[in-house]
Amino acid sequence: MKLKGTQVLLEVLKEEQVEIIFGYPGGAVLDIYDELYKSDFKHILVRHEQGAVHAADGYARATGKVGVCLVTSGPGATNTVTGIATANMDSIPLVVFTGQVPTGLIGNDAFQECDITGITRPCTKHNFLVRNIEELATTIKEAFHIARSGRPGPVLVDLPKNVMAAQIDYDPAAVRIRNHEALYKPAPKKMANVLEMLTRAQKPLIMTGGGVILGRAAEELTRLARRYRVPVTGTLMGLGSFPGSDPLWLGMLGMHGTYYANMAVSTCDLLLAVGVRFDDRVTGTIDTFAPNAKIVHIDIDPSSINKNVTVDLPIIGDTKAALTDLLRFLEEHHYEPDDAARQNWLAEIDDWREKVPLTYCQNGEVIKPQFVIQTLHKLTGGDALITTEVGQNQMWTAQFFGFDRPNSFITSGGLGTMGFGLPAAIGVKSAFPDRQVVDIAGDGSIQMNIQELATAAQYNIAVKVVLLNNGYLGMVRQWQELFYEKRYSHTDMTYAPDFVKLAEAFGVAGLRATKPGEVADVLRQGLAMDKPVLMDFRVSREECVYPMVHPGESISQMALGTREMIN
Amino acid sequence: MEKKDHIISILVYNKPDVLARIAGTLGGKGYNIDSLCVNTTTQKDISKIVMTTCGSQATVTRIENQLQRLVDVISVEDLTNVESIHREMVLVRLNWTAQNTEAVKNAIDANKWKIVVSGDAFVIIEITGDKTQIDFALARLEPHGIADVTRTGLVALKLED
Repeated sequence: MKLKGTQVLLEVLKEEQVEIIFGYPGGAVLDIYDELYKSDFKHILVRHEQGAVHAADGYARATGKVGVCLVTSGPGATNTVTGIATANMDSIPLVVFTGQVPTGLIGNDAFQECDITGITRPCTKHNFLVRNIEELATTIKEAFHIARSGRPGPVLVDLPKNVMAAQIDYDPAAVRIRNHEALYKPAPKKMANVLEMLTRAQKPLIMTGGGVILGRAAEELTRLARRYRVPVTGTLMGLGSFPGSDPLWLGMLGMHGTYYANMAVSTCDLLLAVGVRFDDRVTGTIDTFAPNAKIVHIDIDPSSINKNVTVDLPIIGDTKAALTDLLRFLEEHHYEPDDAARQNWLAEIDDWREKVPLTYCQNGEVIKPQFVIQTLHKLTGGDALITTEVGQNQMWTAQFFGFDRPNSFITSGGLGTMGFGLPAAIGVKSAFPDRQVVDIAGDGSIQMNIQELATAAQYNIAVKVVLLNNGYLGMVRQWQELFYEKRYSHTDMTYAPDFVKLAEAFGVAGLRATKPGEVADVLRQGLAMDKPVLMDFRVSREECVYPMVHPGESISQMALGTREMIN
Repeated sequence: MEKKDHIISILVYNKPDVLARIAGTLGGKGYNIDSLCVNTTTQKDISKIVMTTCGSQATVTRIENQLQRLVDVISVEDLTNVESIHREMVLVRLNWTAQNTEAVKNAIDANKWKIVVSGDAFVIIEITGDKTQIDFALARLEPHGIADVTRTGLVALKLED
């Protein structure tokens, strides 16, 4: 079959079962866009290339499939960098196609030329510059395989214009790629060690992370915790991997984790950490992290083991395979927890929970942001797919929206990218048009990719933006309040557009609530609309996220806001 | 933890940017490459990289893990504590002077160094050996006025698999 490079690209995308491309055309990809025009591929035209990557990222996080975007060379390509770095930090499988000037011009500083493979080398799992049409199909296939195998990640494929215009006899059956699957060898001896540690432990705790969601191991993890009554805490990326409504759930740990989760980590004598990488926001000072615990660490990436926290028993492998093995091993060896010890441990945790519950105070005439999130949870039955921006909006969502299912909380964890939530929500809603998809945003973050409201309007992608508008870069302001004697250096964002009018200008519905009594009504109205909606909630200006571990502190030392610091 | 020199042998696919990936991975994570040698193996699509770096065992393990993550890396091995042969090579150019001629010729003979080119005005000497031997040779020649010098990175080969 004689095909042009552009046709080979679309053929391989079909073989890879790509359903949707997020992209933005330009000179170097005109030929590809011409081919798209003739095909029936679903393409969403974003308004900025960063939005394309975040949308593909949101799609990937919600579906577990590889997200795909297509942009032009030069600035089109460089605009993807923040999106790629975001996906890379959270191990999200993406394939990003960038146009490139013809191979003969590479290195000549041609118009819209840039060395995008050089630029993205440190923030992709891998990248390719396709030098000739013979390697095109193999490279694209390999890119998809690399993106989704082992510890997933973004892969960039740079496509010079002349390669895409060249012709080749394309035979799909002849394409061979290298295998990059991470090897997992079941290790009965290690399982025996875990059994022994579990048997000896009086206060075991499970810590679940993004690797459990990426590895589709939430079911196994939940079974393990429930079967042996082990309490569970989670990282930001792990939210949803264990039901937030289960009594064994302690909420998130770390800087803005719950008091009881942090106390449990600081007190437990066995920590079973699954699919986590012990980020500094989670551990606080390393030498006081889980000081009494033996740590078992299950992770697919050997480089995560002993990177930040020294562990007692590393198990390298796919979280699903490892947990399945562990469950089987425990069954076969008739492990049962010591009932009395477990009862005491759970009671100790309940005492902490009672002493310092996760709370806030909604009184008076000013809307509390946490109240908006809790009301949203109530009105959606917790069943919405939620994206967030970054900052206070993200932490409050993590604290107050109890996620029951994996792949339902879509947030930029590692890189902390403001402007992520809206385009990500567009990606999620594209995959699940029948689900309620809500971006919980702040007024700072939403302005970073606000142009994507036009994308939502154009395709009637009915995402709902819940804007917690406090007129500040709230999280930075919080740090200025706490650590810089309230010198609010450049965090006041009172000068802002009228978001309702702005939404309407984009062709999106705009609603506003200024009093607590209006919150439920506005949410109800906005959620019911079959079109994109921006809901502007004027919230308490100087509300802080609590509890909080101050930087450089142990996670057992939490500031509780209006209450005393508790040790 | 105690820092020491480590010799790391890496097999990679011979791709245009594989060295940039390795150097970038180490540099980006704050690790230093002290010496480096790269060339193809008997299979022309596979190259071997031998590099030396200084660090604690924990640091070097992290480096190995980071390298192992790279898609084009086939294998990574720390040869520091493996029985292996280590060699470096140095080319030294010296200008003859009335004072140094005899002493340099004596040193070449005594140490069985190789003269690559010898003219009326200068000599180029080739010396191979392990790091200590090369350091010794350079120290020995230094007082006689070295005009220029090029030293390779270290290469290493295991005695057995």
